[in-house]
Amino acid sequence: MNAETVRLWLDDRLGIGSIAAVARKKEIPVHRHSIWYYFGGMTLFLFSVQVVTGILLLLYYRPSAETAFESVQFIITEVKFGWLIRSVHSWSANLMIATLFIHMFSVYFMSAYRRPREMTWLSGVMLLLLAVAFGFSGYLLPWNKLAFFATKVGTEIAGVIPLVGRPMLRFLRGGDDVTGATLTRFFGFHVAVLPAITTVIIGTHLMLVQMHGMSVPPGLEGQNIKKMKFFPNFFLRDLIGWVLAIGALAALAALFPWELGEKADAFASAPAGIRPEWYFLFMFQTLKLIPPKILSFDGEVIGILAFAVGGLMLFIVPFLDKPGNPRRKRVFTVIGVIVVLYIVALTIIGYLD
Amino acid sequence: MELDNTGRRRFLNYLLGTGFGATLIAIFYPIIKFITPPQVIEATQNSVTAGKVSELALNSGTIFKFGNKPGLLIRSAAGELKAFSAVCTHLDCIVQYEPDKRQIWCACHNGQYNLSGQNVGGPPPRPLEEYVVNTRGEEIVVSKA
Ligand code: FES
Repeated sequence: MNAETVRLWLDDRLGIGSIAAVARKKEIPVHRHSIWYYFGGMTLFLFSVQVVTGILLLLYYRPSAETAFESVQFIITEVKFGWLIRSVHSWSANLMIATLFIHMFSVYFMSAYRRPREMTWLSGVMLLLLAVAFGFSGYLLPWNKLAFFATKVGTEIAGVIPLVGRPMLRFLRGGDDVTGATLTRFFGFHVAVLPAITTVIIGTHLMLVQMHGMSVPPGLEGQNIKKMKFFPNFFLRDLIGWVLAIGALAALAALFPWELGEKADAFASAPAGIRPEWYFLFMFQTLKLIPPKILSFDGEVIGILAFAVGGLMLFIVPFLDKPGNPRRKRVFTVIGVIVVLYIVALTIIGYLD
Repeated sequence: MELDNTGRRRFLNYLLGTGFGATLIAIFYPIIKFITPPQVIEATQNSVTAGKVSELALNSGTIFKFGNKPGLLIRSAAGELKAFSAVCTHLDCIVQYEPDKRQIWCACHNGQYNLSGQNVGGPPPRPLEEYVVNTRGEEIVVSKA
């Protein structure tokens, strides 16, 4: 039996040939903005790192208020390379959110969400929310002090939303306060609910991307653009990026192992210098700056509602910005720049503060 | 032979539709109820021994347990005893006493309260809930007003 017979046998049953044909046909436009095409794949790669390291951590982690902190301590002190796996999981999570932001803003500024890619954008925004939910739920799992207060504040933020807030808070916390019940719940979200939903949406997102092919920025439309084969040319370049990412992850994990901190205590004051993960920092900083009362409303309610509206706008961007109107395009670019500047500025202030 | 089936079809569709809807409700109602955590009836505690006078230095504060909520007990520089709920009125963090500034501070978003529990700085929108403090010999007894 030779290789060709095996190939044919498999092809008969799996239809590899047609998949290969699709891959062969796929092309990537080459222009001065092509660099941004790498960030989606990079995000996907970091996500797969999360899946692998997450499953590994699952073998030792014990999700209860009495055991969670200790089991993480066990992982990083006793289990061989436990410190490495945990550190990589934390670092990769952060890098993934970073590449996700870059991917999203590059798609935004290149107007790649326009017809017929509205649904691709929608699924992308959902993936952003899911990533943030992964980050938020995962943050609590080591059950340390910082995580405890971050979760208190975070769930309370959900709680101040009028009408739906209170039930949502109880649903998230598994009761009225942040307790072991919250930990178990977040564990369930983090390792079962979110992965299940994410898998479906990533699948949809990737399928849509294949269906529509790469978009070309409006400024370059109609011009004669060079193309590059996705397979193997672009894919190999992707691969170089991933190898670099593994290197960066290993270096970060080894040089800056993720801290565990002190075990959570429901009867201790919030420690000084407390702040959330960097991707929440701009919202956190905003909450600090908002005055306690705006008119007769509590300041934070206004702030949180404003962020909720912002999130909603993100969803409907493709329906607001339609092609064929350069002026409108410019308005959206300006809004995008302002948002980026705002996020960057408040994040920096948050770190200096 | 021509048969007019529209009536029967509509009836069947209706049966199918309501049956389907009822099944969905029967499936989702228990699920939604299940994921809503049960109400725990709080043991209504009205007073608690928060500590001993001799254990609390002048110009210092400590966290004590009031049922399942944290409370903040303060002995001011002048020796006066004060007790508050330690739950920040902003977003639920636990406050602490800052001896050098002689005020109550929330580290989460830099909220500040004075020694009467009034919110005097930062984002907290309301004063802290104040408790009544009594001493029984050495023991400090805190109770809800
Ligand atoms: S929770 Fe206390 S200032 Fe925000």
